[in-house]
Amino acid sequence: MVFSGLRILREGLTGNKGWKPHWRDPEPKAEYDVIVIGGGGHGLATAFYLAKEHGLTNVAVLEKGYIGGGNVGRNTTIVRANYNLPGNSEFYSHSLKLWEGMEQELNFNTMMSQRGVLNLFHSDSQRDYAARRGNSMVNQGDDAQLLGPDGVRKLAPFLDFDNVRFPIYGGLYHPRGGTARHDAVAWGYARGADMRGVDIIQNCEVTGIDIENGQVRGVQTTRGAIRAKKVGMVVAGRSSQVAALAGMRLPIESHVLQAFVTEGLKPFIPGVVTFGMGHFYISQSDKGGLVFGGDLDFYASYAARGNLPMAEHVMEAAMTLMPAIGKARVLRSWGGIMDMSSDGSPIIDRTHIDGLYVNCGWCYGGFKAVPGSGFSFAHLLATDRPHEPAARFRLDRFATGYSIMDEEGTGAQHNLH
Amino acid sequence: MRLPCPLCGTRDRREFYYQGAAVALNRPAPDAGQEAWENYMHLRDNPAGRTRDLWMHEAGCGSWIVVERDTVTHEIFSAELIDAD
Amino acid sequence: MRIDGKAHGIDRSKPVSFRFDGVTHSGFQGDTLASALMGAGVRMLGRSFKYHRPRGVLTSGSEEPNALVTVRSGAQAEPNMRATIQEIYEGLEAKSQNRWPSLGFDLMAVNDLAAPFFGAGFYYKTFMWPKAFWEKLYEPLIRHAAGLGALPGGDNPDAYEKAYAFCDVLVVGSGPAGLMAALTAAKTGADVILCEEDSMLGGRLLSERETIDGMDAALWAAEIAGTLRAMDNVRIMTRTAVTGAYDQGVYGALERVSHHCAASQATLLECFWRITAQRTVLASGALERHIAFRDNDRPGVMMAGALRAYANRWGVAPGRSVAVFGNNDDAHRTARDLAKAGLNVAALIDSRPDAENLAGDVPFYPGYHVARAHGRTGLDAITLRAPHGGEDRIAVEALGVSGGWNPSVHLACHMNKRPIWNDTIAAFVAQDDMVPGMICAGAARGVFSTADCLKSGAEAGLEAARSAGYRGALPPLPQADDAVYNLRRLWAVDGPGRAWLDFQNDVTVKDIKQAAAENYRSVEHMKRYTTQGMATDQGKSSNVAALAILADVTGRDIPETGTTTFRPPYVPVSIAAMGAGAQAEGFAPQRFTTSHLASTQMGAPMIEAGLWYRPSYFPRDGEKTWRQSCDREVNMVRNAVGICDVSTLGKIDLQGPDVGAFLDFVYCNTFSTLKPGRVRYGLMLREDGYVMDDGTTARLSDGQWIMTTTTAAAGEVMKHLEWVYQAHCPQLDLRFISVTEQWAQFAIAGPEARALLNGLLDDKLDDEGFPFMACGDVSVMGIPARLFRISFSGEHAYELAIPSRYGDALFRILVARAEALGGGAYGMEALNVLRIEKGHITHSEIHGRTTAFDIGFGRMVSKKKDCIGQTMAARPGLVDEDREQLVGLRPVGAVKQLVAGGHLFAPEDAPIRENDQGYITSVGFSPSLGEMRALGFLKHGRSRHGQKVKMVDHMRGIETLCEVTDPVAFDREGGRLRG
Repeated sequence: MVFSGLRILREGLTGNKGWKPHWRDPEPKAEYDVIVIGGGGHGLATAFYLAKEHGLTNVAVLEKGYIGGGNVGRNTTIVRANYNLPGNSEFYSHSLKLWEGMEQELNFNTMMSQRGVLNLFHSDSQRDYAARRGNSMVNQGDDAQLLGPDGVRKLAPFLDFDNVRFPIYGGLYHPRGGTARHDAVAWGYARGADMRGVDIIQNCEVTGIDIENGQVRGVQTTRGAIRAKKVGMVVAGRSSQVAALAGMRLPIESHVLQAFVTEGLKPFIPGVVTFGMGHFYISQSDKGGLVFGGDLDFYASYAARGNLPMAEHVMEAAMTLMPAIGKARVLRSWGGIMDMSSDGSPIIDRTHIDGLYVNCGWCYGGFKAVPGSGFSFAHLLATDRPHEPAARFRLDRFATGYSIMDEEGTGAQHNLH
Repeated sequence: MRLPCPLCGTRDRREFYYQGAAVALNRPAPDAGQEAWENYMHLRDNPAGRTRDLWMHEAGCGSWIVVERDTVTHEIFSAELIDAD
Repeated sequence: MRIDGKAHGIDRSKPVSFRFDGVTHSGFQGDTLASALMGAGVRMLGRSFKYHRPRGVLTSGSEEPNALVTVRSGAQAEPNMRATIQEIYEGLEAKSQNRWPSLGFDLMAVNDLAAPFFGAGFYYKTFMWPKAFWEKLYEPLIRHAAGLGALPGGDNPDAYEKAYAFCDVLVVGSGPAGLMAALTAAKTGADVILCEEDSMLGGRLLSERETIDGMDAALWAAEIAGTLRAMDNVRIMTRTAVTGAYDQGVYGALERVSHHCAASQATLLECFWRITAQRTVLASGALERHIAFRDNDRPGVMMAGALRAYANRWGVAPGRSVAVFGNNDDAHRTARDLAKAGLNVAALIDSRPDAENLAGDVPFYPGYHVARAHGRTGLDAITLRAPHGGEDRIAVEALGVSGGWNPSVHLACHMNKRPIWNDTIAAFVAQDDMVPGMICAGAARGVFSTADCLKSGAEAGLEAARSAGYRGALPPLPQADDAVYNLRRLWAVDGPGRAWLDFQNDVTVKDIKQAAAENYRSVEHMKRYTTQGMATDQGKSSNVAALAILADVTGRDIPETGTTTFRPPYVPVSIAAMGAGAQAEGFAPQRFTTSHLASTQMGAPMIEAGLWYRPSYFPRDGEKTWRQSCDREVNMVRNAVGICDVSTLGKIDLQGPDVGAFLDFVYCNTFSTLKPGRVRYGLMLREDGYVMDDGTTARLSDGQWIMTTTTAAAGEVMKHLEWVYQAHCPQLDLRFISVTEQWAQFAIAGPEARALLNGLLDDKLDDEGFPFMACGDVSVMGIPARLFRISFSGEHAYELAIPSRYGDALFRILVARAEALGGGAYGMEALNVLRIEKGHITHSEIHGRTTAFDIGFGRMVSKKKDCIGQTMAARPGLVDEDREQLVGLRPVGAVKQLVAGGHLFAPEDAPIRENDQGYITSVGFSPSLGEMRALGFLKHGRSRHGQKVKMVDHMRGIETLCEVTDPVAFDREGGRLRG
């Protein structure tokens, strides 16, 4: 079924009785060419691109719970390509291009909205770094503008320019950045993959990975054994547990990141604003809620919920940066489980087991990576060769010291990225 | 969240700095080899359940402590000084 | 309209006037805005979110989804206030929201006509063409239509606060269970905090016509409240909602301190509490739920319990003629009370065919359903459907609906535990220890009669106190109503048209069914696809019905279908309350040096350096730009003498016989060989092999050493030293402590430095006695001080440290003497230029991704000993010749400008990522060399001195041809340091 305004009109006039499932709930087959473990954004995008780009349709996505139940539905919906370091730079650039064509590619409105991302800076040295990053972005072919206080004031007049602990020196503006409707991304990829023949199997937890003579043979699940020639693990929030099924340890520690949304309000914040000094970022959803977040709670956790110290710190950052939103009321807080890698950058790579591939370590940058990660992981799964924009996301980089991408420069302590 | 400092008693989480898994205590010899060092520096069991991790009572006595706790429920079972023995 | 007769909640002798949408109304002391407007005959208070349908009051509590208004005006306007808990005060001003041009005539109500096309998730299926129209047309339209109230904008003039509280037993809610829990726990001697959302204690007792121990229930509650108030170990917090349960017995709570007062009387608007409790009694009661039927969202259709509360507590009703529709015994109680209050109860409709009338003399319709509500802006009639299918229309102005009661399990579920389905009451209930240390009591655990609640509360209070270490016994239980609560589930009445579940977000039964048909069958999918339960009430009165309908259409039972996740906060909390104290300067501590006052008196602009403030430059008469001042200050240092406060650098005092061995382990170079009276530069690595920090360490005596760190890394280094010592070498005999704040320290730099000091120190210096890199105790005008002959500027220089209390005096003296010698104070700008000229690094260069190899200090990493970071620094990728290496740069083409952040390319290459060879970290105009100089990192940089590269800065549109140089641009031999 092709979605369109006309279709809505027709259904509306005939009692909305014709709508069909956006994806099937098939029984798992005995064997697939490729099994993707994990029905989150990245897993569903992987399946979609396996089918669309590589013609591989004998593919199953195995999801322990319901699709899109992890971080793709628990984030602050920000999309951007404003990285400094080679490796990240080209990857997110590619991902942003996929975002820009997503609705048409999926025939599903994921509401990718390029309302701009503004990163504020508060000292000369931060401006120097912002300039360096902006130059990296332009070198990569993306867009960036270095704004002074006046330029920031035009974009975000609601900030407190006069009376803050860390005065605003300016901002790095990325007009093509923005936000998207997070759940819709998972649903759109699921529908797209399903339409191309991929089996999306919910409530199917992988309990074992079958390996013979260093070669993957399939998986054990709560719905029985399923054979497969290739298996991709893309299970943010459970990466270490699934990898352990194959006897692997990953350079990952799991941490909780909280986010918040306020009651609906009339439009106030046009784009995304980030405040590095307070590790705070905010946008306003189309429904009117202010959506914002901060830093990790800083302790290893799988609880998908946080504690007050960081929640309060986030509110404090909001109050010093833009006291004008003080009367907005937080309606809901939530937590996601972040795969924090040693250098803050992700991994898309083969493993030492033939036919077993891993996609993990997205820290808290996974949402904007969804299309790029799916595209690159599908490429790797289908061709056994890394996709160029993701070629640096190697599993062995910590052993060799090559291509370590520590954007924050904080070193190999998982929670500091 | 509150943590039991062995020296100061139970204190608010705000007083503590967190480092990561207690594996960081077992520093290999300089010549232990690349695998031992990668295991030490980067690779983690990262359990969903009981874990032992390192905290510092930064705004208190300055002690580094090993806390045994559950990463799913956040229950805390014990805390001891890292150089207790 | 007002009802005559008894109403506990209001004082009819105290009229209060207020305005709503510009019209003045009158209510009474004790009224909420909702009850007062109901008393004044106002039925419509708002508009729904999607279809802009008229909305009236639905509930009598914080769970209200409909009656959201903006209270106060100007910068103090509070959007989205629930009229149901907003107490009125003289002069209160409220406005309706989300309508244009007026509440009565809202143009967006046209959406309602297009409802067939606006079903669940319609926006995912359209607005995709043409591509560019989303941002330009569709989304702005949607954004404009969305949202409820508006933020006032600008600074928030109201005051907010945060506070901590601690107790043995926290009791959440003060209905019969909460009151008995608090009383029982308090009598054991335990410290008790009792939190109540409402302005008065009593909970549901304030809204009922019943007796406890023969007393009117509301009066009984007041008496217990009085008893509790008189106890020293009890703290009563009214207007305080417990918002979240967190780990180890921590709870968040929001106190609405003065929303019930005129703005002029308020010193504090809200306070956010962090309450730490050993045990908690959850006595949060229950919330009534609706039954969906056609057009059940009309103003005048209300929760039955709320209709009863308005009549009993506030003496108001939406109209004279009312009906009640329910599936349970409690609906009968509403009908009975309304009749007793003198209203015309036109019908009591009970969906259970076998139900018996418990309401007394009212028209009773067992087995009937309400099939439809009529009246667009206010209810005027309902359609009754008989068991055999016939329909009848009855004129009523209000309808109370009861689909049963949902225990308020929210707090018990904040730690991911799921509530338990109880088939008897067809609701989810909370159990003990779903949150560790939390005991559930009363309606929250599914116990509904007043007598049972009193007992449950007393037992929970005793159990809580006992497990917190107190002893006591159950008090005698008061006599109270013990009626059984019978119910037969009914979620929706079948029929054509739309039947509402989520009133604010306009989610109907059809939407749930459509979601299921489109395979959004998981309860989370259904929620997210339809937005059911995502409004400001978080589905408090609608979620259970929605998931029951989902369960029904998907052929599952309710426990299998499950609930969505309960997340804090229970009621919305303002950002200002949770972020209290941070507005303006409050966000982070401010650290001031001892020279701060003197520097500002000299006119120096102070800039942030981490948490510190440092002078940027010291302007003199005639200087118009910072560059003029900076150039002069650099020249001053190079030619005479400059004074700079360097106290912000971290200072760590290490003492003991094993300090040398310890330093050998934390620095990559060797320190144990350093002689007393000498200073050495040290480079510290992180364990992952990258540079962490640098600085000097002085050995004052055999057993005492002073380490300095950079300003930025002072805290990090201190933690690191504690870690390395406690974790890896606790056997070493040493102690160390940060003394950063104990010592003021000043650089005295320039050819006249020694001359200046020799006029100041009690004993004269000479080069032999105090050569470069010497240190020692000195005496300044009789004050013991420390002197270090170290130099960041590259000049003959010293750093003089003195106990902080003398810092201000010493700085003024030093500056005066420097000025007399042709020098003066210099600030951060000059400091930066001086060090760039000398190729000295700061955290602009050691930014966390650079290695000792990169900055040319690879050979400093001693191979003779183990040290932190040594092994990982030897990884091939960290010493690869291809890495970007520290270089100096000077402009050699027509363009003379260099900027930090510019990238480096071969002159002939296009400036794209694939050709990127490095970047610039620091730049400054060197007055000593008469040109700009930069430091940066360049691939193979050390072997490229003398070659040309191109700096490209897209951000500022600058392209500059540069020559690669040694990082040290000035006095490469270092002769100026010595002598």
